[in-house]
Amino acid sequence: MTRAASATLEVRGLSTHFFSRAGVVRAVDDVSFAVGRGEIMGLVGESGSGKTVTGFSLLGLVDPPGRVVAGQIRFEGRDITGLSDAEMRRLRGRHIAMVFQDPMMTLNPVLRIDTQMIEAVQAHERVPRAEARARARDALGLVGIPSPEERLRAYPHQFSGGMRQRVAIAIALLHRPALVIADEPTTALDVTIQAQILAEMQALCARFGTALIWITHDLAVVAGLADHVAVMYAGRIVEKGTVEDVLDQPMHPYTAGLIGSVPSRTRRGERLPGIPGMTPNVLNLPPGCAFRTRCKRADATCAADPPEFAEDAAHLHRCFHPLVAIPA
Amino acid sequence: MATWLLRRLIQAVFVVLAMTVIVFLGVNVIGNPVDILISPEADAAERVRAIAALGLDKPLWQQYLVFIAGLLHGDLGRSFVYNEPALRVILQRLPATMELAFAAVLLAIVLGLPAGLYAGLRPHAFLARTLMAGSILGFSLPSFWVGLMLIMVFAVQLGWLPSTGRGATVTILGTQWSFLTVDGLRHMILPACNLALFNVSLIMRLARAGVREALPSDYVRFARAKGLRPVRVIGVHVMKNILIPVVTVVGLELGTTIAFSVVTETIFAWPGVGKLIIDSINLLDRPVIVAYLMLIVLLFVVINLLVDLLYTVLDPRVRLEQAA
Amino acid sequence: MSAAAGAPAREETPFRRFLADFAESRMAVLGLVVFAAILVAALAAPWVSPQNPYDLAQLDIMDGRLPPGAQSAEGMTFWLGTDDQGRDMLSAILYGLRISLFVGAGSALLAGVVGSALGLVAAYAGGWFESFVMRLVDLQLSFPSILVALMILAFLGKGVGNVMLALVIVEWAYYARTARGSAMAERRREYIEAAECLALPRIRVVFRHLLPNCMPPLIVVATFQMARAIALEATLSFLGLGVPITEPSLGLLIANGYQYMLSGKYWISFYPGIALLVTIVSINLVGDHLRDVLNPKLRR
Repeated sequence: MTRAASATLEVRGLSTHFFSRAGVVRAVDDVSFAVGRGEIMGLVGESGSGKTVTGFSLLGLVDPPGRVVAGQIRFEGRDITGLSDAEMRRLRGRHIAMVFQDPMMTLNPVLRIDTQMIEAVQAHERVPRAEARARARDALGLVGIPSPEERLRAYPHQFSGGMRQRVAIAIALLHRPALVIADEPTTALDVTIQAQILAEMQALCARFGTALIWITHDLAVVAGLADHVAVMYAGRIVEKGTVEDVLDQPMHPYTAGLIGSVPSRTRRGERLPGIPGMTPNVLNLPPGCAFRTRCKRADATCAADPPEFAEDAAHLHRCFHPLVAIPA
Repeated sequence: MATWLLRRLIQAVFVVLAMTVIVFLGVNVIGNPVDILISPEADAAERVRAIAALGLDKPLWQQYLVFIAGLLHGDLGRSFVYNEPALRVILQRLPATMELAFAAVLLAIVLGLPAGLYAGLRPHAFLARTLMAGSILGFSLPSFWVGLMLIMVFAVQLGWLPSTGRGATVTILGTQWSFLTVDGLRHMILPACNLALFNVSLIMRLARAGVREALPSDYVRFARAKGLRPVRVIGVHVMKNILIPVVTVVGLELGTTIAFSVVTETIFAWPGVGKLIIDSINLLDRPVIVAYLMLIVLLFVVINLLVDLLYTVLDPRVRLEQAA
Repeated sequence: MSAAAGAPAREETPFRRFLADFAESRMAVLGLVVFAAILVAALAAPWVSPQNPYDLAQLDIMDGRLPPGAQSAEGMTFWLGTDDQGRDMLSAILYGLRISLFVGAGSALLAGVVGSALGLVAAYAGGWFESFVMRLVDLQLSFPSILVALMILAFLGKGVGNVMLALVIVEWAYYARTARGSAMAERRREYIEAAECLALPRIRVVFRHLLPNCMPPLIVVATFQMARAIALEATLSFLGLGVPITEPSLGLLIANGYQYMLSGKYWISFYPGIALLVTIVSINLVGDHLRDVLNPKLRR
């Protein structure tokens, strides 16, 4: 993991809490990671693990009753944690862009594609409409949409799911941002399209040197795409490291469980191991390690807060009883 | 698109036809056609003549055909009171009603949309909650009482505005319009407000609900993630989405507004078709009643058709379903 | 039963829960209380009101048009003034409320019975009957209620019976549409299938099994319809097309006083208007909150 001061994004101790009448939900709890220029980081976790909220927190898009309560976010060396909304707006779409999960709902169904792309351009640069339109057309071509000129005049519902997502990606890349946060962008698409988009994203990021955070629950995607990965559970990062390290030698039982529950050709005929139990109710997290209610290795020591990450290690975990071998 | 239009037109014709049957039955079967169509002052000999002339001695279905034929020629009988063709009496007064109705709808949109937008954006603000509470009053209060109160406050107590009648008019294209004169506008304000009240409340609630539904949606979040200014996010993205239900409802309510003008026109003595129909019912001027009903039905069917058309223009998703 | 293990065993029937939910809105409770008071006052009018406004022997035309608080020759106080015939306004309002409530609630109830039955049967029977009924409903609902009422009264003439008939014809469609929508959702549920498997007569299935589960939205509709009916009857009477002068409702009272507004004798129209207002608003407040409470989608 790059430790250079020129890391595109550095997050330290980020915490985002939701304050409701029923209690405080610690959706993101003391999360730290860094992404360097041109690197791809996978943020993995089940639904409810806080990964999407992490993405929103980075852009300042967390709505009440949620709020970033602690932590520091440094973007290209600059502290952007306490920025006003107006200042964040200058970053959004231009230096940090986001792609959402369901393209049907992220593109406004009653506005044309060109309207939605031109406004994205003109929000950050004073260019005449014709030029903005030309850039939009080029962006569509970039993501592999045929006959972009006609497509510009279309409405979102006239596109297939995969096409719509490409449009969303094109919009994200309009200003060649330094960082793109992609929140489960291929989850709603079928596998073949998924593979195409993954490949294209990888190529584009390599080409423009864009750092990419790919939020997903699908380990297989991360394996093929990312350079390094962080695993989240119940709002906390439980393991992070390079993809090879984490997937080949997982240290945290949860990571091992995730890997183990992926069907594989090499283990045909065997019962598919799952992780017993269910994701905990985030309002009632057990003290100490949040995973201990489902962990075979848990014991009394796990009731205390798990160890913090050691600063300079490459492959980090938060567990009292880390694994040291691949599960059989 | 063309097939859909054709289908709707056929439906519309069917509805109008159904109405003619209902009106015909109402006049000739339920009511006593002799009383309805012949002036009560006619003596016996005139009655016999009139019965023969009106064909009231013929079989029912024949009378219906005669009725329809008359309709298609624009002949809906003669008013007892005005002694003119009933249709002409009505058409003379129609512009006044249309003027009032449009003013009311315009007022409702201009007042209701911003208010609803504000209430949706700041739902817990004191002003917003007051507006919403007011909107419940707005569609609870019977409009005739509101009209009376308006007169009492603004005309009697404060003396700012005239209480009845239509102001000075300007003749354009052969009809008289009063909104082009200051005096005309002064006379129009109170009745327009009265007529607009129900619509304002409706639009306000619709706009507020639309905003509250749109704000947490993904496309608004995406628009913000693109770095768009809040003015644009709300003014374009949210607005375009809430405009669709608001416009459809306004269009549909246009008919109701015209219908409720009977009350407003009566209170404010506004010389439109609403006042005419009430007077005619009280004076038993049945040909005018029949003519009014037929005209209103036609108006309604046309309005509904136009609203449907407008809806397809506004919502691109619907357009393609029809083309498919 | 969804209580987590270890929760205290409290007797919380659905009805109790409904009451608790309803009581959360103070406005709605206020509305209910006010309406109940109005209902009681109207029912008790013959015993409670200072004067019987329709007993001509009790009226003295010299008492006409007195402002609120004035005294009659016998020392009776006209709390809300008198109208042009010398009738005590308070008494007139109480008696007027009886008519207004009777017509309004009566027509809403009648329309409810007819409309709901038609809607339920239409949903259960399906086929051409359902199409026919629904077409009728759509047709009716595309016309404003006041127009339909006007049309009917123009043909039939005035009178309490005719007004109620007109109101019922105006209102049934709302019930039918709601009942049908509700029934269509419930129809697919297992308990209906079970009842059908028992070979129960269809009428019984519809009214004994389907109806109770479709009640909540119908109750909401009934509440709003009652307020609308009262308002519509008042409007019609005000226009001179509704109840006869011998049984004046609040609308007619307001109409009677209209001509005196411009000369400053506001109380003849104003107080009946307030009574009408309070009645309608209180019903609407109750209905508004009732709708939220009974809405399954908003279950908290």
